[in-house]
Amino acid sequence: MAARDLHGPGAPWGEGAPGDRRNRDFRVIGKPHRKVDGLAKATGAAVYADDIALPGMLHAKTLRSPHAHAKIVSIDASRALALPGVHAVITGKDMPIPYGVIPWTPDEHALALHKVRFIGDEVAAVAAVDEDTANAALKLIRVEYEPLRAHLDPFESLSATEARIHEDTKGPGNVSKHVALSFGDVDREIGAADVRIEDEYFFHGTTHTPIEPHCAVAQYSGEGLLTVWSATQITHYVQRALASVLGVPIAKIRVVQPALGGAFGGKSDPFSLEFCVAKLAMLTGRPVKMLWTREEVFYAHRGRHPMHMRYRTGARKDGRITGVDAKILIDGGAYSSFGLVTAYYAGQLLTGPYDFPSYRFDSTRVFTNKPPCGPKRGHGSVQPRFAFEVQLDQIAEKLGMDPIEIRRKNFQGENTTTVNGQRITSNGFKTCLDEVERASGWKERRGKLPRGRGLGVAGSMYISGTNYPVYPNPLPQAGIQIAIERSGRVTVFTGGNDIGQGSNSVVAYLVAEELGVEVGDVRVVAADTDLVPVDLGAYSSRVTFMVGNATIDACRKLRAQIVEAVAGAWKVDAARVRLVPGRAIDLGDEKRAVPIAEAFRIAEERFDTLGSTGSYNTPTLGGDYRGGTIGASPAYSFTAHVVEVSVDEETGRITCERCWIAHDCGRALNPMLVAGQMEGSAYMGLAEALLENHDVNRFGLHAGPSLLDYRIPTSVDTPELHALIVESVDPEGPYGAKEAGEGPLHPSIPAISNAVFDAVGIRLKHLPFTPGKVLAALREQRAAVRAPSGGVPR
Amino acid sequence: MLRLPKFDVARPSTVSEAVALLAEGGPSAMIVAGGTDLLPNLKHELFAPDVLVSLAGIPELAGVREDADGWITIGAMTSLADLAAHPLLARKAPALAQAAGVVAGPQLRSMGTLGGNVMLDTRCQWYNQTYFWRQALGFCLKKDGTLCHVVAGGKKCVAAASNDTAPALMTLSAVLEIEGPEGRRTLPVDEFWVADGIWNKKLEPGEILVGVRLPPGRAGHRGAYGKLRDRGSIDFPLLGVAARLDLEPDGTVADADLVVTALAARPLRIQKARALLAGTRVGTPEHDRAVVEVGEKAHAQCHPLENVPGDADYRREMVPVLVRRTLAAAARGEGPVHPL
Repeated sequence: MAARDLHGPGAPWGEGAPGDRRNRDFRVIGKPHRKVDGLAKATGAAVYADDIALPGMLHAKTLRSPHAHAKIVSIDASRALALPGVHAVITGKDMPIPYGVIPWTPDEHALALHKVRFIGDEVAAVAAVDEDTANAALKLIRVEYEPLRAHLDPFESLSATEARIHEDTKGPGNVSKHVALSFGDVDREIGAADVRIEDEYFFHGTTHTPIEPHCAVAQYSGEGLLTVWSATQITHYVQRALASVLGVPIAKIRVVQPALGGAFGGKSDPFSLEFCVAKLAMLTGRPVKMLWTREEVFYAHRGRHPMHMRYRTGARKDGRITGVDAKILIDGGAYSSFGLVTAYYAGQLLTGPYDFPSYRFDSTRVFTNKPPCGPKRGHGSVQPRFAFEVQLDQIAEKLGMDPIEIRRKNFQGENTTTVNGQRITSNGFKTCLDEVERASGWKERRGKLPRGRGLGVAGSMYISGTNYPVYPNPLPQAGIQIAIERSGRVTVFTGGNDIGQGSNSVVAYLVAEELGVEVGDVRVVAADTDLVPVDLGAYSSRVTFMVGNATIDACRKLRAQIVEAVAGAWKVDAARVRLVPGRAIDLGDEKRAVPIAEAFRIAEERFDTLGSTGSYNTPTLGGDYRGGTIGASPAYSFTAHVVEVSVDEETGRITCERCWIAHDCGRALNPMLVAGQMEGSAYMGLAEALLENHDVNRFGLHAGPSLLDYRIPTSVDTPELHALIVESVDPEGPYGAKEAGEGPLHPSIPAISNAVFDAVGIRLKHLPFTPGKVLAALREQRAAVRAPSGGVPR
Repeated sequence: MLRLPKFDVARPSTVSEAVALLAEGGPSAMIVAGGTDLLPNLKHELFAPDVLVSLAGIPELAGVREDADGWITIGAMTSLADLAAHPLLARKAPALAQAAGVVAGPQLRSMGTLGGNVMLDTRCQWYNQTYFWRQALGFCLKKDGTLCHVVAGGKKCVAAASNDTAPALMTLSAVLEIEGPEGRRTLPVDEFWVADGIWNKKLEPGEILVGVRLPPGRAGHRGAYGKLRDRGSIDFPLLGVAARLDLEPDGTVADADLVVTALAARPLRIQKARALLAGTRVGTPEHDRAVVEVGEKAHAQCHPLENVPGDADYRREMVPVLVRRTLAAAARGEGPVHPL
């Protein structure tokens, strides 16, 4: 089966499609299996980048800018080079070719070339015999700076005329990307609405905080082969970027992702340390390692963009939305990163699960002299989703409608097209609403709890991969190779990056299901560019969908051979042969079966050495306009949350008591992993709403670059989380699966705001929801009650 | 990972050996107990000792005992986890046990000691940072610099006393036992802290805090500790309140004390608390009014600064709330008041 045959109405997992029944009688899929690397991680056996130690290895450290914005006048590294134990010092001049994960915006240098753009920007790197010597050498490098005016405020930066952050920025101000798209007659539709709400919302900066800091190790062989082990979620793009910046042929570069301790989007750019260890290894002839400190991870950032958002929504008396109009200012930080995509996602991903008859958005990403923002779990769409879902509650309030009911009313349905031209296939959002309504006791409790306690709802959708590869090309987005050995062992080679989400496990489950082996007999070789076919990486929630489909594609080719060979040996019709874990069985004769190794041997005898490849590429998707493919996905996941909060009106503290998460993942290939992703997503969203704040102080210095001062919830701060899996069985996903790792984050944040409204009658529209803001809103509420026109809070 | 600087570790087995080692090392020697405060500070290059004198191997510094005269002696090396779980302290010094139980998180309380918490360095958002960060700032008054970033033009360091046990010990009228080259001395804890964020303790160079002694309390002793922080664990206090109520058998307040911390360089006693609360009977409207009034006095007396992370206005707004709740918990024999 060619990968492209998976698409369209006859796609294999759709209702009534050929082979439908066979595809639902699962032996492995849908069961709560362990992760394939679970024991290794639990016992400490797993090898992370920092566990790698090579003979003669040097340790590298980075010198960073103490200025938010400055020209580099000169760098004198002679004293550092003279320090015993120092092997090399490199600066921007050693790697002058710019790069960027998005090929259209290459505005980063491995080390700053002429200027620095935020406090923490990389300026020089040292390789020495140990970390202490490298650190001592950093203090001996003399850098002369000419400070420039720093732009810390995005509104100021938007109109700034002097001290441009990037000299080649087009137009006025420090604009990184501007997108304006309009669908339908928004002004007329909103003008004709029965109710209108216009309001401003603010989403602050937050960062990923993976427990493993970034780390990379490089080795350069006498034959000119460069190997880089890196804590990355994009081995393929790192390989390409290294080739471009270092001028090494791509075929001579091997990038390996070892076991990874979390990423969440924070490891999906090429980073300075990867180039530095590679260059230093090439210069010194020794292996070189660089491990960043926690503080450096905060400077590397690429986290959630702060967004200043103005939304205007119109609705009819029955609750139906008539139009949505959005204007968004995105604070991008110092570099582009994925910013071009962010500016699109901020608008493009809002057009579900509700039907918008008309929609317009205008989003501007602006550079500031702060750590660069990028993609964090729910890239670009978590912030607008917060604004819109709160605004939808405001409309429901104005209309006197139940907040779940207004969401049902606007449900877009299955197999439809959004106002901005995105194709929607499976859509279990309505079931998600039903589930959270039932589980939370919404009908009996919402609006009826004592003051101080409340329930709130929100919905969302997210992509399962995108048909827009980061660099345009017609090649498969995911490739798989499988090798079968006569012992019964199957080895799968995948470029997919397992960043803790369990993608290697998913590959193993699919192979076990398809080829009749136990999960433990599947070896997964992953994310090593010398060994595996190309995969684009773990981002945009693409891995389960795309790698999963490629895996099934490769398995089906092999399965056909094995079944044909066994059927031939048994002299029965191939339709009677079924592969189940450990055996090939005869559906027509329950006594006849052979161990799977024997089936493999029979097939090898017939077809020679057994192996196959599989691939996946997206169908043609997206609206027919510039940017119409950005945000176009082969399938969308849908989520609804109900959150229960209590609000202490004396202290202003919001406690999230419980959170019900209903998520349409298409099909749960392993419900335990899906529930884990749902709980982890909701936890992360609640943390962003109530605790986290990634910001700089008045000097442009990160306000608290440590796990003490950047507050993520501890176990005692985590509410009861209830994962409610909804399976809509997508026609094109692997066995009907869609994403589960990012979508379930979105609704938690607006659901808290909406629950606080239910609890005490205040609308929180500016994140984070600190106790001080709650107390201020309560004071305003009391003042409004005392004023003659004020409403009476419950 | 941040690197520790290089230093030697000395492991004396008696206090006098430790005192001698400190004298020998002079200014380049420092004491290490559990290390939970010192080691992060060393990684931040706030100190650069040549030798750390570890108190971990000195048997006489560990443990809690009640003496015949009713005094309780707590060795400086008693872990915070042990203090928090100690039945005698839960009965006789509940505010201290509660405060010890909400320091940092479980792992840190297992390593951290009472002596270490008493000796905790003052904290400030402009100080407890890496060398790189502080260098980018241009340093600060407390370390390597001349400017205060909390108080513009400030000449005196206002880094905050952030030890949870300090206000509890003050409400208990604790006495510190200190040993130095001149021998052993005692000092009422009330006289120990001074309003200087750079060094807020009256401990002379070369001296070691050996232990803390608590005088026998009254029969109706009640105490509680309240702590404001963002999370339910790990964080230092944004505000801490220790309360003592000594009750007559009928619930009338015979004596009271209230100390607030994490505002400035030293813990602050709320002066009017004793006079307002004494003579009121717990559970009566008169007592409740007195509690509210104590909260108002505390609010008037407390002026949190932007020294520790967090909004100073909010911390000030929480002073009367935490005072009221901590007094209420003490009256009921409950606590700690945490999370708020």
